[in-house]
Amino acid sequence: MIKFDKVTKRYPGGHEALRSVTFEIAKGELVYITGHSGAGKSTLLKLIAAIERPTTGTVLLNNQNIGTLRRAALPYIRRNFGMIFQDHKLLYDRSAFDNVALPLAIDGVAGREAGKRVRAALDKVGLLNREKAMPIALSGGEQQRLAIARAIVSRPAVLVADEPTGNLDSNYAHDIMALFRSFNEVGVTVLVATHDAGNAEGRLLHLDHGALTEGVPA
Amino acid sequence: MQAWIHAHQQALTLVLKKLRSAPFAHLVMAAVIGAALSLPAGLYMVLANLGNAAADIETDPQITLFMTLGANDAATKEIDNRLHKHSGIREYRFVSRETAWHDLQERNGVQGALNGLEKNPLPDAFIVHVSSSDPATADALQKEFSAWPQVEHVQLDAAWVKRLYTLLKLGEKAVMILAVLLGFALIAIIGNTIRLQILTQREEIEVSKLIGATDRFIRRPFLYAGALQGVLGGVTAWLILFVALYIFNQSVEELAQLYASDFRLHPLGLQASLILIVSAALLGWLGSYWSVSRYLSKL
Repeated sequence: MIKFDKVTKRYPGGHEALRSVTFEIAKGELVYITGHSGAGKSTLLKLIAAIERPTTGTVLLNNQNIGTLRRAALPYIRRNFGMIFQDHKLLYDRSAFDNVALPLAIDGVAGREAGKRVRAALDKVGLLNREKAMPIALSGGEQQRLAIARAIVSRPAVLVADEPTGNLDSNYAHDIMALFRSFNEVGVTVLVATHDAGNAEGRLLHLDHGALTEGVPA
Repeated sequence: MQAWIHAHQQALTLVLKKLRSAPFAHLVMAAVIGAALSLPAGLYMVLANLGNAAADIETDPQITLFMTLGANDAATKEIDNRLHKHSGIREYRFVSRETAWHDLQERNGVQGALNGLEKNPLPDAFIVHVSSSDPATADALQKEFSAWPQVEHVQLDAAWVKRLYTLLKLGEKAVMILAVLLGFALIAIIGNTIRLQILTQREEIEVSKLIGATDRFIRRPFLYAGALQGVLGGVTAWLILFVALYIFNQSVEELAQLYASDFRLHPLGLQASLILIVSAALLGWLGSYWSVSRYLSKL
């Protein structure tokens, strides 16, 4: 469902974040993207979620070429992905409930249906009793789970997480990885970027200075 | 369709919530916009009042047709027929050369001068009242009558009406120019306040874009905010004019009484008021659209 063919991403200023990367991810896979910081993990995820476009090469999502799509079509592509950002990107001016409701508002889901789905998502990450809390009042681990709730509320086909355990202690990190595995078990494609895949069970894509060194198709 | 209605409802709720949370800031903006709008609207109001006053005065221009001295009864009859059938004429009357001569001789003071004349030098004449007060119509009629047979001279007595209308037209043009200039200023003012709002919601916009919000979704609440600001400004302008009118009218009535007139200034009519408020809303919407689009294109 996700296919990269000789994808290179060069940012303005000349920095080459990805170099001729080729791989394919099938529906329902659980994939870890590893590498040192600055290896291009975030860039790879951004290309997958149609947030960035490749400089050269082709990115195919469900056989649609992201590079040639109209700008106006990109938002609709992005809605197929549940994004979990490295820095959470929670909105601190509204409650946990309203944070999770944002993707539904964007998708045009409203009213009782929206409320039901927000609570289901909060329940899944164990924050149902904190729906009225402001994000600032949540612990680091809770904030991360809130970000996950926001990513899954619109039931995306693909979950994309950028360093979701970066700032968490190992207990929390373990819980969160277990959470991702449980989503994967019900058929969601899960992509996780992490610098530490010590106990990861799944496919590995290893990046080194923008080049794919492990998980390269033979 | 329901989703569409809901999306707009959502945006509107958001905007009203903001209005409630910062009433003072909105009030100040409304005052600024109101003051700017009240200038052209006030000038328009004054002109409308002057126009009304001009229309109240007996303004229908009077045209006098003088026949040639040699015109016979048949020719006069013919002109009489034509005037009778003409649709642009309210009323007319015939003044025969004898009547005119008689009237002239009756007048004091001219007797001596007239004694030197052996015969009646006056022509037959028609005095015509035009049904429209528009000077252009009178002009056209003057030309038309001049071409009729045996008509020596057609005199149009409407110069001052023409002057007044020309002045009013000039005033209308001034209002237009003022309105256009201030319109641009308002777009810039509202665009700028919306820009500040955008900056306070930068994170929300950024996150929304990342998770698949369309530009239209992001723009919508800001467009409502701009339009609302415009409406508040328009209403403020209306109130400013209303109060100013009230203050003015006290003096105008005193002055009018001295001239034994019941003239007074009237407020903006329903149509003009609606135009004022709707165009203010439109300007707000435009300013906001411009501001958000500029921000989105930079993302």
